[in-house]
Amino acid sequence: MSLLEVKDLGVTFNGDVKALDNVSFTLNKNEILGVVGESGSGKSTLARCIIKLQNKSQGNIYWKESDIHTFSKAENKNYKKQLQMIFQDPLDALNPRMTVAQIIAEPLRYLKAGLTKQAVAQLTHDMFLAMGLSLEQLNRYPHEFSGGQCQRIGIARAMIIEPELLICDEPVSALDVSIQAQIINLLKDLKTESNLSMIFISHDLSIVRHICDRVLVLYKGKIQEIGETETIYQSPKSDYTKQLLASIPLHDPEEERQRINALVASSNSQEH
Amino acid sequence: MNRLLEINDLSVTFSMEQAEIQAVKDVSLTIEVGETVAIVGESGAGKSQLFHAVLGLQAKNANLTGSARFQGRELLNVSNKVLNTVRGTAINIIFQDPMTALNPYLKIGKQLSEVLQVHERLNQQEARKRSINALAEVKIPKPEKCYNQYPHELSGGMRQRVMIAMALLTNPKLIIADEPTTALDVGVQTEIITLLKKAHNQNNTSIVLITHDVPLVAGLCDRLVVMYAGKIVETGKLDEIHNHALHPYTRALINATPNYSLQINSTGKLDTIAGNPPSPNEVIKGCAFAPRCELADKRCENESPELESINKTQSVACFHMSESQ
Repeated sequence: MSLLEVKDLGVTFNGDVKALDNVSFTLNKNEILGVVGESGSGKSTLARCIIKLQNKSQGNIYWKESDIHTFSKAENKNYKKQLQMIFQDPLDALNPRMTVAQIIAEPLRYLKAGLTKQAVAQLTHDMFLAMGLSLEQLNRYPHEFSGGQCQRIGIARAMIIEPELLICDEPVSALDVSIQAQIINLLKDLKTESNLSMIFISHDLSIVRHICDRVLVLYKGKIQEIGETETIYQSPKSDYTKQLLASIPLHDPEEERQRINALVASSNSQEH
Repeated sequence: MNRLLEINDLSVTFSMEQAEIQAVKDVSLTIEVGETVAIVGESGAGKSQLFHAVLGLQAKNANLTGSARFQGRELLNVSNKVLNTVRGTAINIIFQDPMTALNPYLKIGKQLSEVLQVHERLNQQEARKRSINALAEVKIPKPEKCYNQYPHELSGGMRQRVMIAMALLTNPKLIIADEPTTALDVGVQTEIITLLKKAHNQNNTSIVLITHDVPLVAGLCDRLVVMYAGKIVETGKLDEIHNHALHPYTRALINATPNYSLQINSTGKLDTIAGNPPSPNEVIKGCAFAPRCELADKRCENESPELESINKTQSVACFHMSESQ
């Protein structure tokens, strides 16, 4: 059974700007779906529609086969318990006036009201350890942490209510390479241990190849291609995907040099 | 060899209320005429601070020691008047965020032609002509139209092209590109690198590319300088380092970068560097990388390794480089 199904989704701004156009796909349980495309392609609008921060202009979104736009207030609350989001700028996404313990426990106050104080403290405590943070830091404020640690806190806050779907909007683009790898590995572990599904929005195609099971390529609001990660990377069908893959810097210095030299040569010949 | 920029024992120290923070520690580095050098390292490594100091762009509470000579002329701790004889003409800098580097109140044309009017004393018409040519040179589709636009009317990629056009206007000897592609899409990244490479090929311009994106540098740079916690830990030819990095940090940095052309490895995990880079106010006695290093021993904790030449081109600061492979 699919966890999430998006059908003919369209979002129009100002009457004529199509941010999303006829977008359809399904997300399975325990699957990581990568959403790639350049800025302005509609990646974040898609995420905002799924978490109901953005109204659709047409189409439907189904969560476990029921339409999310027909949910009652109680169903809505229940829906929001099942999905969480993590953001690009990890420090920006944390309230600077709350301690990290308060930040991590906050979703429980709204979505799992009725837990005892001890239970909340225990859950926060466990989550903090699971994210590889040390307990003496629990009562500190976000600005005292590095970018990678802030992203771990953001993930802890998302995971504390045990969601089934985690939407990650460029979760590592603001982090240093060595920290990126730590967060990617952490997300991979969460997928295995918690039976989690993810929508992984990124413009970094190297990272997408490492973490995603399937990839959806967006361009100007339209799906250009969707399929298994390896199939897309090894034999892309759409011209846009080919172009996108051709613009990734290559790991081997000699190959990368040849790639740029070829571009310089073709740019020179256009001028003459 | 023809030395363009010679940096010797340069340190940047910030005096704060509580303590002194040393962002750059005794860095020595020479850039030759026509050389393309990449400075890589994580945030806080001091890569930008080093070159901001060279151009006199450091914060007010920064204290600079050492020397930085450009074509034999000292640039460190000299007046703005002296600095302005090279800044904007012989050395130009391209910043990470083109929106904050451009003046939002002035049209693109005004910002470009001003450079020529001030530095080359051109009249308005000549300056306009050269500016439009420069915009065409960086592949801006409608250069005349762009000349009359404001920065906010352009996309991030277009704005960065304008910055490159501006940096190339005066035919500089050295361009410092400080994370020029970080905020941009991959396609645009490639275009920016291609433009810089072209400028280098045409005028033998030296380029310093400051970045944390290791794969990106190969298309443009011949030499790599790796910085960690304010110091150079390894330097050498790019291929040399790629094939045979001697510092454990360099190796870890290369391995932690996801390789798009490879399939996921058998464990499905990326190699990581455990822990975090030291915070700037931490007092470091030994090697700054020791707490994160697998090879570290007692000596690494207590003594700081000096940068040592291995051969003509490669240098490394590590006590355990012979154990490296």
